Amino acid sequence: MTAVLLRQTPLPDPFRAGIAGGWKVIDASALQADLALEADIAIVGTGAGGGTAAEILSAAGFSVVMIEEGPLATSSDFHMLEREAYPQLYQESAARKTRDKAINILQGRCVGGGTTVNWTSSFRTPPTTLAHWSRQFGIAGFTDADLAPWFERVERRLNITPWDVAPNENNDILRRGAQALGIPVATIRRNVKACWNIGYCGVGCPTNAKQSMLVTAIPAALSNGATLLTRTRAWKLDHSNGRVSALHCLGLDAGGTDPGPRRIVVRAKTFIAAGGAIGTPALLLRSDAPDPAAVVGKRTFLHPTVVSAALMPHSVDGYAGAPQTVYSDHFLDSLPVDGPIGYKLEAPPLHPVLVATTLCGDGAAHARWMRELPRMQVLIALMRDGFHPKSEGGTVSLQDDGTPSLDYPLNDYFWDGARRALATMAEIQFAAGATAVMPVHASGESYATWTQARSAIAALSLKPLVTPVVSAHVMGGCPLGSDRMRSVVDLDGRHHYLDNLYVFDGSLFPTSIGANPQLSIYGIVARLASALVSRLAPTRTALKRLG
Amino acid sequence: MPDSTPSPRISRRTLLKAGIVAGAGLVFARWLYTSTAPPQPTPPPGALDARASEVVAAIAPVMLAGALPTGNPVLLQQVVAGVEQAIAGLPPAARKEIDQLFALLWFAPSRGLIAGVWAPWHEASSASIGAFLDRWRESRLGLLRSAYGALHQLVFAAWYGNANAWPAIGYAGPPPLGAAG
Repeated sequence: MTAVLLRQTPLPDPFRAGIAGGWKVIDASALQADLALEADIAIVGTGAGGGTAAEILSAAGFSVVMIEEGPLATSSDFHMLEREAYPQLYQESAARKTRDKAINILQGRCVGGGTTVNWTSSFRTPPTTLAHWSRQFGIAGFTDADLAPWFERVERRLNITPWDVAPNENNDILRRGAQALGIPVATIRRNVKACWNIGYCGVGCPTNAKQSMLVTAIPAALSNGATLLTRTRAWKLDHSNGRVSALHCLGLDAGGTDPGPRRIVVRAKTFIAAGGAIGTPALLLRSDAPDPAAVVGKRTFLHPTVVSAALMPHSVDGYAGAPQTVYSDHFLDSLPVDGPIGYKLEAPPLHPVLVATTLCGDGAAHARWMRELPRMQVLIALMRDGFHPKSEGGTVSLQDDGTPSLDYPLNDYFWDGARRALATMAEIQFAAGATAVMPVHASGESYATWTQARSAIAALSLKPLVTPVVSAHVMGGCPLGSDRMRSVVDLDGRHHYLDNLYVFDGSLFPTSIGANPQLSIYGIVARLASALVSRLAPTRTALKRLG
Repeated sequence: MPDSTPSPRISRRTLLKAGIVAGAGLVFARWLYTSTAPPQPTPPPGALDARASEVVAAIAPVMLAGALPTGNPVLLQQVVAGVEQAIAGLPPAARKEIDQLFALLWFAPSRGLIAGVWAPWHEASSASIGAFLDRWRESRLGLLRSAYGALHQLVFAAWYGNANAWPAIGYAGPPPLGAAG
């Protein structure tokens, strides 16, 4: 490989400054001996859930240890290069897959988790979703009104505001095409501050504009005295008599892929699992946490996503500018939530590796499309899974080596939505002036008119590993609820059978969200973590409030 | 380091799955394998052995036809190295699967029976490699389509992650970042 270009930017890197100032950050791959730590609270994972919890609990005066499987990489390490970012910041080099390999999952694995690499799209949990949780799962106290104050609090903290800069052309084509067809669109809110609008959110923000956990909650927790362990895989919880006593961790090697020689044990009064909707169920399964109804790891949701590529007569430069700023919920809102599967329309950033690995086929045809990258426009449709009896999601189980695998069968209920979505996206792209549209599919065929595309899409053979399906949102697997037959934790996020174990991440959700989930995780975890503070130390909290 | 001993690493399970395609001939290949060497443990990260390099070096120019300049061994070597780097970033379970795939493709009987490429990779014609890729991409068997998908993702990521690929696709690379303004 060519030598890595080490770009020295003059931009500030507050995280590195914090470490120089004495923050407690331990890279387990560099440990010379095994390690034992004690804390009030051990938090597994530093993404949207773990980060939010760490800030709130450390601010309340609890000693906190954060355990992160991925490495610490900060703004000085973010060179806007896919070849560096995917292996460094993503699960399985951004090539994590479901068991049959039919769905490629983009999932963060670094300090800040998915928030370090997401595209900044911020949506409150849709009221339709919350109403469905209440109706179908008996989840009380999670209405729009109940959660609104928590969303407001997080929105202030992370500067979540409407993007009032003009969308990049890739997003504006979604706006123009949809509007030409009478399909309503809206502007996405983003968690950014003084954003440079350069478009590299997915490979780590080099300017610290993105208000990820890496830039906000984790520095706050470290300033409050918390300890951060990196390259540390939470492996197994020791529990007896309904309580967890210790968490055993594997220190990973310097490459971050394999267990190294070091073992870390964390003893705490309270444990929080926030390793994401694949990692958290896996931790509970490895730990033999009581699960009499066999719920753990079931109903794991992905917003399985299909893709449509188009060529425009003018330049689009889809790699430049804020990646996601326009969306349409028309095909969610116009369908009953428990009817045929609905989908959210968005646009993705078009960086070379992401595009080249998503487009089908090879040889001259693939090369021809790649040469058109500057004129390429791409839409994605994210399916709202988990709301219909035929949409049960996937199942997390353990492989021989104890690491998780997700089996997610794609059935006709899903493919029906995929076919409608491919047609919708093609129609929008033509309405915006596309000269060719290619529903991303193994056939590699593209079409010059909407009429051609419509009949071709109606006849396309849609099946796993023929129609690429991707996911960037993993949810469910440890759902909250009061019915122990259908949930893993109660409405406080507390494990039904282990009193001092909580789940505070996207695995709490009984269905998918139907929107990019980061704000749902922030808001719900902010509420659960604040309630935990009140439960653990009512006096301390009261004093702090007075002070 | 290149592995100089051609010790096969195919698991019996992989060969059994693939055997659906090739029938009795593959049973012979499996017998040959399992009787000559037991499955080996997961390879260490960073090890793309000489056999896998040979397979990638043969497949990449066909997959990247029209993109990778022909007759440029330096660029081809960069693709091979990029694939090696990508595999090194995978967890052990995924590395083992990829390793088995390359072992299957390298071992002459299975290469011929499953991939339909009868000549050694460095002698195989572009046409025969292209036919192999087409067959796997369009196979009725999900297993072979997923194997094609793995090759597709590794090779295209290795090439288009490389700045040498960008001028041809009109991508200028990341913008320069000046001082904070």
